Amino acid sequence: MEKDFNIIISGVGGQGIITLTRILSEAALIEKKDVKTSELHGLSQRGGSVETHIRFGKEVYSPLVRQAGADLIISLEAQEALKSCYYGSRKRTVFLVNEFVKPIFGSTTIPLQKIKKELEKFSKKVILIPATRILKEKLNNPILAGIYLLGYANCKKLIPLKERSVSKALEKVIPKEYLSINKQAFNLGKKYESCDCSSRSRDSDASSN
Amino acid sequence: MSSIKILEKKGTKEILLGNEAIVRGALESGVQFVSTYPGTPASEIGNTFWKISNLKLSGSPKSAPRIWGRSQISNLNLYFEFSTNEKVALEVAAGAAFSGQRALVAMKHFGLNVASDFLMPLVYSGVRGGLVIVVADDPGCSSSAQSEQDSRAYSYLAHIPTLTPATPQECKDFVKFAFEISEKYKIPVMIRTTTRVALQTGPVKLGKITRGQRKGKFVKDVNKFVTMPPRVLEMHEELLDKIEKIRKEVSEKSNINKIQNSNAKSKTKIKTQNPKAGIIASGVSYLYAMEAVKELGLEIPVLKLGFFYPSPANKIKKFIKPLKKVLIVEELEPYIEREVKRLAKDVNCKLEVIGKDLIPEVDELHPEIVLQAVAKLTNKNYQLPTANYKLKTINRSPQLCPGCPYWLVFSGIKTALKEMNLSEKDVVFGGEIGCYMLAGVPPHFLQDYLYCMGSDVGIAHGIKKASKNKQKIIAFVGDSSFFHAGIPALINAVHNKSNPLIIIMDNGTTAMTGHQPHPGIARTGMGEKVPKIKIEDIVRACGVKNLKVIDQGNQKEFVKTIKEFLNKKEVSVIIAQRPCIFVK
Repeated sequence: MEKDFNIIISGVGGQGIITLTRILSEAALIEKKDVKTSELHGLSQRGGSVETHIRFGKEVYSPLVRQAGADLIISLEAQEALKSCYYGSRKRTVFLVNEFVKPIFGSTTIPLQKIKKELEKFSKKVILIPATRILKEKLNNPILAGIYLLGYANCKKLIPLKERSVSKALEKVIPKEYLSINKQAFNLGKKYESCDCSSRSRDSDASSN
Repeated sequence: MSSIKILEKKGTKEILLGNEAIVRGALESGVQFVSTYPGTPASEIGNTFWKISNLKLSGSPKSAPRIWGRSQISNLNLYFEFSTNEKVALEVAAGAAFSGQRALVAMKHFGLNVASDFLMPLVYSGVRGGLVIVVADDPGCSSSAQSEQDSRAYSYLAHIPTLTPATPQECKDFVKFAFEISEKYKIPVMIRTTTRVALQTGPVKLGKITRGQRKGKFVKDVNKFVTMPPRVLEMHEELLDKIEKIRKEVSEKSNINKIQNSNAKSKTKIKTQNPKAGIIASGVSYLYAMEAVKELGLEIPVLKLGFFYPSPANKIKKFIKPLKKVLIVEELEPYIEREVKRLAKDVNCKLEVIGKDLIPEVDELHPEIVLQAVAKLTNKNYQLPTANYKLKTINRSPQLCPGCPYWLVFSGIKTALKEMNLSEKDVVFGGEIGCYMLAGVPPHFLQDYLYCMGSDVGIAHGIKKASKNKQKIIAFVGDSSFFHAGIPALINAVHNKSNPLIIIMDNGTTAMTGHQPHPGIARTGMGEKVPKIKIEDIVRACGVKNLKVIDQGNQKEFVKTIKEFLNKKEVSVIIAQRPCIFVK
């Protein structure tokens, strides 16, 4: 039986998490998979913690991923990744984390390496990528970090969806006037460490940069 | 884009939000009249109609989807409005339905409380054209303050037929079905969703959009539309008869209440096996139950209730008769559980009914909770991983947007208090529902109570009287909130000689729910230009003498006015007028 694939996307309101969720679900539909997502609106969108769920496979019932049930957790803010540990398991989960950190009022910011160590307990692999920084430098558009990570994840086969489907989904979801810059971010993500990243060991991969 | 996808042509499969699927269902039913007051998790219903209605006016070929040219969109023959509150929204929709058109009204759970005064007699009289009321509950309160209300209680209270969809596909199908039932039995029908249904996306197979063609006309019939005694008692009786009819003819027969023999090779196999355990579930809980059954590889019958009220009593009886135990999976209140316990007395008094002992009554459900309960029901061993989190982060509370005009209100208040040698402890701050309830989060901490829209001024007045005017109070009211329910409380405070300081946070939009217009804005939900109804005119007409309209950007003036108004013997009102940064 084909297993369902479960993704959690976490971050802070305003990081384009819902758009990323829509792209993934459209891509799954293009591949004729059953797909469910769950998102929250309203107050949480005002800069609070945001977490969406995407599940696809042959027949998907629940719109929510269960505890320790995620195959991939994409976090657009590193501290938010910690909250997603609930969905992580050593057996199946890959963490793909943007090195971007947004301070929380009234709390000391946790250093990246400490976060990474904790995430490792709830995953088989942690990949940290400074997507926001790279996009700021190369496109002057840090908001596209999610699209960048999507490009990376898709290229590195962290998501069982064909690149063609994801690309088609991008075209469907992103308004025409922003499509070209989104595609640039996607392609930049594809190229990140593209030379030999898959052959590298787990540690060097995770701690690059 | 997502909300226009709902206009795609028949036969295509699109990923829609539950709320968008509700809109599509209404369009396929030939809906002609839609009203709402914005409220999450129901907001996208109104927002999508809003978008469609404005598309019609602007008719911009760029924004119109491929197959829907301008003429086709205007062909929808659809009226849409943002009403001042949910009670008004229900009343206007009912007026259209009395006149023979199909109407839909959407609101969040608390909205139904506001509308309930009218709902009760409305169900007595019934309608002519179909009337569908969509109500979205929010177990877990992820997108709403106030309470974790289970609106299914209204099904019993009002005797209103109620359907509970689980998926976006069902959202669409159930709306269509609801219109059919409503029209056949001349009764409003409620669709009750929850957050994880309304904001769930999934593939929806689109049907044909039907153009509503009915010319509305109210045909007089005092026997039907006047709820005066003694006639009202007859109406009550007729209503109960109607419900029994719907139970027998629809609820018992419809396959939206169906037994799912999950993973079973054939139905007969399950039958002959004489199953010992079964599950009854509805709404999103059903999806969690099915996920658990799939995960555990069980062959166990699951009764899915698409109809909450009137429940298919005989179908449930038949289902539970051969069982030794049954698990009821439902969020919040144990309504189905109670119903099953009652029915079990007739057909299977030894049946073990398991519900709230394993399924919590507080907070929304999660798949792992249901998985554990189903494992327990079937004596399967299932251990959830024990999580051991060392690094905990504080929850990131939502924040006012950078540049939000409310920052200036809160900082102005703090300056004023300092200059008066007062601290924040010396003043009671009343909150209401909207972006300004973020007054309660750091760094502001200016919110000492928070209930529903319209409640703030009333409470302030009560505190003033109780403390014999010793406590100073600043009550925040939003602009849309003011129109929604703020006016009666203001009149009451003036009439009864109270003196709180009321700050109306006029940012020129209904910001929190997606920047919908309200009567203080020069556009309707249809995009038509209208004169603004000025808040200051209303406040003045309510008898308020101390009134100032200030842009809080002018901090000096704002601070000065707060200082002056806090010492007034009568009600004083500051209209802090500065637009939301998202208002063009």
